[in-house]
Amino acid sequence: MSDHPSHAHMDAAQAYEAAKLGIWTFLATEVLLFGGLFTAYIVFRLKFPQMFHEDHFHLNRILGAVNTIVLICSSLTVALGIAAIRKGKQHLLKVYLSLTILLAAVFLGIKYVEWTEKFAHGLFPDTDVFFSLYFVMTGLHGLHVLAGMLVLGGVLVLAGRGKFSEHYSTPVEISGLYWHFVDLVWIYLFPLFYLIG
Amino acid sequence: MEKAHGTGYGIYVAVWAGLLVLTAATVAVSYLDLGLMNVVVALLIASAKASLVALFFMHLKFENRLVWTFALVPIFFLVLIIGGTLSDTLFR
Amino acid sequence: MTEAGRSLGYLEEKGFLSWALTLDHKRIGVLYLLTTLLFFLVGGVFGLLIRIKLMVPGQQIFSDHVYNVLFTLHGSVMIFLFIIPAIPSGLGNFFIPLLIGAKDVAFPRINLASYWIFVAGIGVIVASLVRPMDTGWTFYTPYSAKTAANVTLLSFGIFLVGMSSILTGLNFLVTIHKLRAPGMTWHRLPLFIWGMYSTSVIQVVATPVVGITFLLLAMERLFGIGFFDPSKGGDPLLFQHFFWFYSHPVVYVMILPAMGIISEVVPVFSRKPIFGYKAIAYSSLAIAFIGFFVWGHHMFVSGMSKTANIIFSFLTFFVAVPTAVKVFNWIATMYKGSITFESPMLYALTFIFLFTFGGLTGMFLGALATNVHLHDTYFIVAHFHYTMMGGTVVGFLAGLHYWFPKMTGRMLSEKLARAGWLLTFIGFNVTFLTQFFLGFRGMPRRWAEYPPQFQGLNIVSTVGSWILALGILIMFVNFVRGLYAGKPAPANPWKGLTLEWQAASPPSTENFEAIPVITDWPYGYAKRKPESNE
Repeated sequence: MSDHPSHAHMDAAQAYEAAKLGIWTFLATEVLLFGGLFTAYIVFRLKFPQMFHEDHFHLNRILGAVNTIVLICSSLTVALGIAAIRKGKQHLLKVYLSLTILLAAVFLGIKYVEWTEKFAHGLFPDTDVFFSLYFVMTGLHGLHVLAGMLVLGGVLVLAGRGKFSEHYSTPVEISGLYWHFVDLVWIYLFPLFYLIG
Repeated sequence: MEKAHGTGYGIYVAVWAGLLVLTAATVAVSYLDLGLMNVVVALLIASAKASLVALFFMHLKFENRLVWTFALVPIFFLVLIIGGTLSDTLFR
Repeated sequence: MTEAGRSLGYLEEKGFLSWALTLDHKRIGVLYLLTTLLFFLVGGVFGLLIRIKLMVPGQQIFSDHVYNVLFTLHGSVMIFLFIIPAIPSGLGNFFIPLLIGAKDVAFPRINLASYWIFVAGIGVIVASLVRPMDTGWTFYTPYSAKTAANVTLLSFGIFLVGMSSILTGLNFLVTIHKLRAPGMTWHRLPLFIWGMYSTSVIQVVATPVVGITFLLLAMERLFGIGFFDPSKGGDPLLFQHFFWFYSHPVVYVMILPAMGIISEVVPVFSRKPIFGYKAIAYSSLAIAFIGFFVWGHHMFVSGMSKTANIIFSFLTFFVAVPTAVKVFNWIATMYKGSITFESPMLYALTFIFLFTFGGLTGMFLGALATNVHLHDTYFIVAHFHYTMMGGTVVGFLAGLHYWFPKMTGRMLSEKLARAGWLLTFIGFNVTFLTQFFLGFRGMPRRWAEYPPQFQGLNIVSTVGSWILALGILIMFVNFVRGLYAGKPAPANPWKGLTLEWQAASPPSTENFEAIPVITDWPYGYAKRKPESNE
C-alpha cells in the first residue's frame, strides 16, 4: 500500500529507491552547474596568481572558518534528524530540522556580514576577476542554502503534521542528501577563496 | 525502506568531530608558507572532508553500485571540462 | 480492441484543467508535442524569411539588423523550443512507460512541472523579444554582453528551458532503471529506450553547464563581472568552452532519440529482427560518451591553442564509428527483409540517407586544415541542416507517422503522407544541397549581403525552401485531417512486437490492464507472429 497517490504505480520500496536515484541525479546536475564556476576559478587563478594572492587577504579567514563549522554542524543535525525518524522519534526529528534551519540562517547571516563589509571597502563583483568569482560562487552557493532552508522548512511543516515515521521518511532523507551536498560545495569554496594564497 | 544496518547516532557524531578537526587543521596550515604545497594540502584536506560527508552523512558507504555510479560519473565530467578548457588556456 | 463504441482511452477526460494539471505521461507528451510543433512552424517561418532576404543581394526587404534578429531567432527557436524537446519530451514521455511496460514515469509531478517550466521559459524568451536578440543562437561574447538586445531576459528564459530538459532527463533515467516490467532485462529493452537513456545522461550532465553559462552572461550584463570580457582580464573563449561543452553533446540529445525511432521502424517494416541489437544499443551509449570529448571542434579558428586544436580534431573522428555501426546495422536489417514503404518507413529510409550525408560532411569539418576554409560558411549551415533536419526532424516525422495511430486512435492518409514526404524530400535537398556548394565556394554565413557570384545558387536554395514548406504544410494538413477524419486505428496497425502495440489505440490512462511479464526481446519477427489485434 502506498501512502501517496502519485506513486500509485510504484510500491513503497520502488518509490524509495526511485526517490534516492532521483536526488542523486539532481545532485549530479548541481556538480556540473558549480563545475563551470570551478573551471573558471582554475583558469583565472592560473592566469592571475598575483591578483588571487593579494585579494584573498581581504577575506576574513575566521568568519569563513566559523561558517564552515556552522555548515558542518548543520549536516550533523540533519543526519541526526534522519536517524531519529528512522527510529520513529518524530519530536526529535522536528528539533533537529529546526536546528538545521537555524544554523543555515546563521550561515547566511555571516555571509551577509561578510558581503556588506566587502561593499563598505569598495570591493564589488566588478572590482576584478577574483571578486567576480568570489561573489558569484558564494552567491550561487548562498542561493542554494536559502533554497535548502525552504525545502527543510517544508519538510518540518510536514513533520509537524505527523507525516513521517520509521516506515516512511523519504522526503526527509532526500532533503538531507541535498543539504549535505550544499555543505560539500562549501567545503571546497572555503579553502579555495579563504585559505590558498 | 528500513536500512539493513540500523544507523545509530554515534557514527555521525564521530564524523562530525573528524570534520571539525580537519577544518582546524586546514586553517592552521594556511598560516604557514609552504608555497605550492599550501594548495595541495588544502585540497587534500577538503577532499578528505568531502569524502567523510559523502560516505557517512550521505550514506554512500552503504549504497549499491548504481548509486555509486550516479555519484561518481559527474566528477568524471567535471574533470573533463576542466581538462579540456585548460588544454586551451594553458597552451596559448 | 473489440469495443463497439470507440474508447477514447487517455483522451476521454475533457476540460482545460484535466490537461493543464494532468499527471498522465501521455497527456504531458501530447502537450509537449503540440508546443514543439508550434515552434517548429514559427522557426520555419523565420527560416523562410531568411531565404527570401537572401534571394537578392542588396535588396533592402528588411534591414541588416532585422536580418540578424531573424537568423538568431530561427536558430534559437528551432534548437531550444523545438528540436531539443520534441522527441524526448514529446514522444519520449508518451512512449517510454508504454515501451517498458510501466504505468507512468517515476516522478509524474516533476514531469508536469517540467512542462510548465518549459512554458515559463518560453514566456520569458517571448518577453525578451521587446529588444530581440541579434547575436546568433550561439550568443558569443563580447557582443552578447554589450548588445542592446535583451540578452539578460533571454538568458533566464533559456535557463528555464534547460531546467525543463534536465528534469525530463532525470525522470527518464530513474524510470528506465526502476520501472521496467518484470522480465524486461536491459537486453530486452526496445532500442528507442537505449537511445532515450543515453539522451537522458547527456541532458543531465551537459545542460547544467549551459545553465551556468547563461547565468554568467546575465551577470556580466547586470553586475559587470568580467569572466568573458578581455578588458577586465576575462576570456571570450571561456564562454565558448562553456557554451560548446553543452552545445556539442546536445546535438546527440537531438539525434539519439531519432536514431532510436529508426531502430524501431526499420525492423517492423522489413519484417526482420534488428541486426546487431547489442551493437546498436551500446553504440547509443558510446555516442553519448564520445560526444562529450569533442566540443572544441566548434572553436578551431577562434584562437584556441594549437594543442587543444589537435586534441579535439583527433577525438572528433571517433564519434563517427558508433554512428556508422548503427547505419550498417540498419542496412543489414533490411537485407533480405520483406520491405514495405508505408510513410514511417519512407521517413526512416530518408533519415538513413540524409543523416549519413550530413555526418560524412562532418569529416571535412573535423579536419583542421579544411575547417579553416569551411568554418562560418554555408558549408556548416548545410552540414547541420542535413544532420539536424535531414536527421532529427525526419526521424521525428518518422516517429509521428509511426505512432500517430497509437496516440490518436486514427490512421493518417497514406496518400497525403506520401505527397508531403516527397515534397519535403525534394524541397529539403534543393534548399540545402546547394548550400554545400555555396559554402566551399566561400559564401559566409550570417551575412545579410553576399557577392553577386553567389546569387544563382541562393535563388535555387530559396525556391527549394518553398517546396519544403509546401511539403511540411501538406503533412500538417494530414495530421489535422487524421485527428478528425482518420480511419479508426487498430491496436497494432503495423504488426509491431514492442509493448506499446499491446495497449489500445489510444491507450487507456493506466496503459495496460495488467503489467505484462516479458519473456523475449521485441524484434523476433521471423520467429513469431504478433497477436492479431482488432
